[in-house]
Amino acid sequence: MIPRPKPERFRLRRTMMFMNAQKPGLIKDAYIYGCDSIMLDLEDAVAENQKDAARFSLYHALKTIDYGDTEVIVRINGLDTPHWQEDIRVCVAGGADGIRIAKCESAQDVRTVEAAVEAAEKEFGVEVGRTLLMAALESPKGIMNAYEICAASDRMFGVAISGGDFRKCMQTKPQPDGIDMLVARGQMLIAARAAGVQCFDTVYTNLDDMAGYEAEVRQNKAMGFDGKSLINPKQIRLVHELFAPTEKEILQAEKIVRAYREQSAAGVGVFTVDGKMIDIAFIPGAERTLKLARACGLWEGDLV
Amino acid sequence: MKNYVGREIPDYLLQNGKEVYQGKNYMDGKYIKKASPCTRRCEKPQESKIVETLADALKLCGAKSGMTFSFHHHLRDGDFVVNMVMKAAIEELGLDNLTIAATSLGAAHDPVAEYITEGKVVGIQTSGIRGKIGEVVSAGLLKTPAIVRSHGGRPRAIEGGEVHIDIAFVAAPTSDCVGNCRGIGGKSNCGSMGYAMTDAKYADHVVVVTDCLVDFPNMPASVEAIDVDAVVVVDSIGNPKKIASAAARISQNPRDLMMAENVAKVIAATPYFKDGFSFQTGVGGPSLAANLFLEKYMDERGIKMGWAIGGICGPMVEMLKKGKVGKVIDVQDFDLDAVNSINQTPNHFEMSASQYANPANKGAFVNKLDFVVLAALEIDTQFNVNVLTGSDGVLRGAPGGHPDTAAGSKCCVIVTPLIRGRMATVCEHVVTVTTPGDCVDVLVTDYGIAVNPLRPDLIECLDNAGIPHVSIESLKEKDPTISSGRIRLSRSSRRATARSSTSSARSSPIRWTDPNKPKRFPLNSGKRFLCPLTACLS
Repeated sequence: MIPRPKPERFRLRRTMMFMNAQKPGLIKDAYIYGCDSIMLDLEDAVAENQKDAARFSLYHALKTIDYGDTEVIVRINGLDTPHWQEDIRVCVAGGADGIRIAKCESAQDVRTVEAAVEAAEKEFGVEVGRTLLMAALESPKGIMNAYEICAASDRMFGVAISGGDFRKCMQTKPQPDGIDMLVARGQMLIAARAAGVQCFDTVYTNLDDMAGYEAEVRQNKAMGFDGKSLINPKQIRLVHELFAPTEKEILQAEKIVRAYREQSAAGVGVFTVDGKMIDIAFIPGAERTLKLARACGLWEGDLV
Repeated sequence: MKNYVGREIPDYLLQNGKEVYQGKNYMDGKYIKKASPCTRRCEKPQESKIVETLADALKLCGAKSGMTFSFHHHLRDGDFVVNMVMKAAIEELGLDNLTIAATSLGAAHDPVAEYITEGKVVGIQTSGIRGKIGEVVSAGLLKTPAIVRSHGGRPRAIEGGEVHIDIAFVAAPTSDCVGNCRGIGGKSNCGSMGYAMTDAKYADHVVVVTDCLVDFPNMPASVEAIDVDAVVVVDSIGNPKKIASAAARISQNPRDLMMAENVAKVIAATPYFKDGFSFQTGVGGPSLAANLFLEKYMDERGIKMGWAIGGICGPMVEMLKKGKVGKVIDVQDFDLDAVNSINQTPNHFEMSASQYANPANKGAFVNKLDFVVLAALEIDTQFNVNVLTGSDGVLRGAPGGHPDTAAGSKCCVIVTPLIRGRMATVCEHVVTVTTPGDCVDVLVTDYGIAVNPLRPDLIECLDNAGIPHVSIESLKEKDPTISSGRIRLSRSSRRATARSSTSSARSSPIRWTDPNKPKRFPLNSGKRFLCPLTACLS
């Protein structure tokens, strides 16, 4: 039995790698590739008559394997299937850090899952509130209701768009410039930021097209995503490289945080750094940059 | 007597001046008298050396019971020649008490296992042993101790007279009527014939077996007619599909790629990684993929590889053609790209096994190597490597050039996943020490990198480059927990699969399990036994 520390609602989640929960060979040590979160899938990757086997494999993986700092999230089956309640019991009993709600379309969906999670926490003697939630928006309705979904529960740490299903609903296909999902990504990002949760982009499925993948990751960063869902370990490095702050950004952030601490200790609220006005509003951003820089192995300071 | 790596070597094996391994470079500087090979005067004008059948060739060479026949393994798993020759010798001529001295034996030679069981073949000397031969030898059915030598140790033993070859059989993709052989131009091409060269020079008799007779003179010849007694033309010397694969592809397995990237990182962090460096790698998944990442670092630093040796395949030839490698010199080719390149692409040369790796000449290529990247079946906390026996003690591997290159190179990197099948790779004591730990410098696994404490200089290099590394003990501690966990996982999922077919998918998985149950399959619980074998390190 591996005791996992209490999950942090807001932590670094640049990369979330999907893997089939049914395959012990895959999930036994998925953390070695260095992604921030792994997403053990009980949904689409698992055939209908193998759901039970996958749960079993998942439960034992959670109980047996020390995933260390890597966050372990489980994608459960949709609320329109006969599987999701049992999925939740397994996740909670095994001690998963979080649950990804597939095909989420409303705040009510989140609350339904939350109730089942709470019941399972009580059933298995897990601290109530321990298990985090995130929602996958896979339909136009989900995107329309993005804000209420993001704000539906204190357990919610983020939302992700699921490109395959969404594009199907929109009758479109992946475009090189991402215009097919531009509005949906944008609306989801606005909702997530408004509700104060994280926001993740969909998977890039053509593993051989690394140039197309890079273009998408660059756009993700430019739009303000916190991270991306992945399907292969070879996609990890690029996200970590491109999402990493530049040296200039790190130095600037360091300066801002230092200056702010000195100034506020002296009773000053607003001041200038390199000719730019700085006040408390800049601090979370600067601190985020430094935390990200440290996670990327680029900065070793102790300011944050 | 105990050797340097703590293994007891029985005294009866230590005769005729044989000594146990006493540490790296112990024999350095020692003078050795070479055996003088036997030849025969051929003064008369010569038409052809072709004889009708293998049996005729055997008779011509005075084949008798008790002789030693040698073979080379360039035809790999496609080889027909060993079986054809042994069949002719044993079933047609009625010979027995024979010894096979091959450069490698594998699944293609399963019929030989029967001759061992029957007591017709009483001795095996080889650099690789797999398939049924490995099983029967491991079961103790061979009458004399099998001798496994490295690719360099074999020519050492031949040149030093420790093994005397009565008849060497050369499987030749092309030959002319007097026995000039080449590895290309025929229908069963293998490229380099480096392993056959020493045999042909030191055997009393040499028989060439070919399936493609070409016009005299077949030049440049790998094995020369001046050493050949007879040529036999057969329908087919081997199955081309199993001789050389279409093209060795670089693995797409993410685990292999990750390890390969770390191998390249380690190499790039050492002072030997500079313009003109030399390199050898195997063709296993992560070893071969290391080429890819190494190339990236070479481009970044603006340096080129001076030369590469070993068994060669397409990706290395590709680098040669792109001008990233100065010269490629090989003893064996693994795929058609390499086969079609040797002696054709400028700066792609052939060499003999002796030139490649023999420690008892005045300087083999391996001793000029900067880096070698090798695999392992097992490695222990003293960095001793086993590439010969399974965890059950059964022979199923090939030391090949492993110990030679490890000892000769400046930096020997072993790359292996921490778990193979369900077995842990890093252990307390390997079953068989094929490469002693004092020759191994760095271990790269999917769970971390460990540097041999004998190499504080390399530890410093890794530290300076910010490459994290751990102790090999911590890797050993790590893997039993995972692999035993994995056994439980897959057992459970199997049971669950069986169950879900009979019961409702809604039944709770949690109720069926008892996580406190003891693990019923401790690691390495397989029966171990000693095989009558001496891993004789030259």
